[in-house]
Amino acid sequence: MKPDLDTLIAARDAVAAKRVTSTELTRQAIDRITRLDPSIQAFNSTYADRALEQAKAVDSGKVTGPLAGVPIALKDNLCTTFGTTTCSSKMLENFRAPYDATVVSRLEAAGAAIVGKTNLDEFAMGSSTENSAFRTTKNPWDTSRVPGGSSGGSAAALAAGMCCASIGSDTGGSIRQPASLCGIVGLKPTYGRVSRYGLVAFASSLDQIGPFTWTVSDNALLMNVISGADPKDSTCFPSAVPDYLAEIDKPLANLRIGIAKEFNLTHGMDPEVTAAVNEAIAVYKKLGATIVDVTLPHTEYGIAAYYVIAPCEASSNLARYDGVHFGHRTKEPVKDIIELFSKSRGEGFGDEVKRRIMIGTYALSTGYAEKFYVNALKMRTLIKQDFDDAFKSCDVILSPTSPTAAFKAGEKTGDPLQMYLCDVFTVTCNIAGIPGLSLPCGFTSGEKPLPIGMQLLGPTFSEDKLFRVARMYEAATDWHKRRPAL
Amino acid sequence: MPDAKISLDDVRHVAKLARLSLDEPRLVKLTGQLESILGYIAKIGEVEMAHVEPMAHALPLHNVMREDVVEPGLPLEKVLSNAPDTDPPFFKVPKVIGGEEDSAG
Repeated sequence: MKPDLDTLIAARDAVAAKRVTSTELTRQAIDRITRLDPSIQAFNSTYADRALEQAKAVDSGKVTGPLAGVPIALKDNLCTTFGTTTCSSKMLENFRAPYDATVVSRLEAAGAAIVGKTNLDEFAMGSSTENSAFRTTKNPWDTSRVPGGSSGGSAAALAAGMCCASIGSDTGGSIRQPASLCGIVGLKPTYGRVSRYGLVAFASSLDQIGPFTWTVSDNALLMNVISGADPKDSTCFPSAVPDYLAEIDKPLANLRIGIAKEFNLTHGMDPEVTAAVNEAIAVYKKLGATIVDVTLPHTEYGIAAYYVIAPCEASSNLARYDGVHFGHRTKEPVKDIIELFSKSRGEGFGDEVKRRIMIGTYALSTGYAEKFYVNALKMRTLIKQDFDDAFKSCDVILSPTSPTAAFKAGEKTGDPLQMYLCDVFTVTCNIAGIPGLSLPCGFTSGEKPLPIGMQLLGPTFSEDKLFRVARMYEAATDWHKRRPAL
Repeated sequence: MPDAKISLDDVRHVAKLARLSLDEPRLVKLTGQLESILGYIAKIGEVEMAHVEPMAHALPLHNVMREDVVEPGLPLEKVLSNAPDTDPPFFKVPKVIGGEEDSAG
């Protein structure tokens, strides 16, 4: 996208004021994809003709709306009636969804032009997008590094200027961590704020869909469009959605920022990340915020609880891939239906998906369910209580999003547990169902500076506050204006 | 640390429960990985939680109902359109009962 038109609201306003046509804007996105995606590898599929058709409808005044004429990318685990919905899995390589996800319908009704569907860790299981069955997405700031995951394709597509915004999903950090590693804003909304209808299920009690954008206001605009009750998702909360943009520029008076001592890691923290986050805290102090010490005593059990709950739910959700109703079926001879299931699944799923199905099946099996699954659900209660108690004395909790900036491709693929431990700051947010936002707060030093992100966590349904707090910082800093040299 | 000794036979058994066909090298590799992951996970057991209620999900939502009215479902051809093998209006699978060889297709 052209520099002055690469953010959502700027592009949308330029189309509305007829300074640029939606066709020109969409064409720019498509040209950029053609030029850059052979090296970035953010997209699983692109839909130039369809996007240009929507652009034409906007230019002729047939389609209007809050996103009229802007190019947007979707994570390839959101069902669309056009093209394929692959989840970056061989299992669903040729799957054509029979319906659109509610989020997709809402985006298109608001006038967005969907340019493509982006790569992810297979079935959204991973933190680097290296678990995709199809391609390895590169970080636009340094192509020898990963974009994070699992929504790495959506984050890289935006960071490389191949769209004005993108959509991801977050089960344990899959929006916030790639947002942090790619230098953009990413929100995991409150569980139940956004309909999950048409999102291919990974862990149903943790999954949420959310936006990637360059600015906090762009993120709020997308949340205005995609949030709210949906009769097709009974876990989508019926409460009214506020206009997240209405007061976004109004600083929060008497802001109290909580710092949890349990997030002060002794191992695995990059000192440059710690320094950038401390600097951000200093910025908030200058803006008049009070810094409050809070405690989240069960944080050290967060990853353990997550890696029980998520695989248990996944092992159940992924039981639907049986080689019968849809998805891959083995071509090998089989002696009975059980062998058809086992061989189809053995061939269709990649290593990480198999590993998680195995963990989940083990943790739910006779004799172990009490020790693992029920204990993890009890831990969930304690983690939620920790947050409820902490938010009595602060408005938001600030932490790093990820212990390090983007790591090298291949660096952590050998040891699954080490990869899981990267999620230390992000998983408790999903476990407790609260919203979390990552925004850029600095860059590493060195030849190729890498973005650093910080996370703001708030109480259930406090997105309006999170946006305002994030906007205060953004207005006082320039990190969100940096772009990778491509 | 709580015990989390995993044997190759345990892994073979779980793979069977999960309907996953895995070759021997994969089973061996998974044995070590599951042992280290489950060993880590078992640390939840360190916390005294006898009187804590388990929480299935974080929202205060129960029994969401809608009006009992018939709404159109997916048309049959769409339901079958992604299936590997069909004989409309049925999904087609190999013979389930009996022991004949190569009943696929």
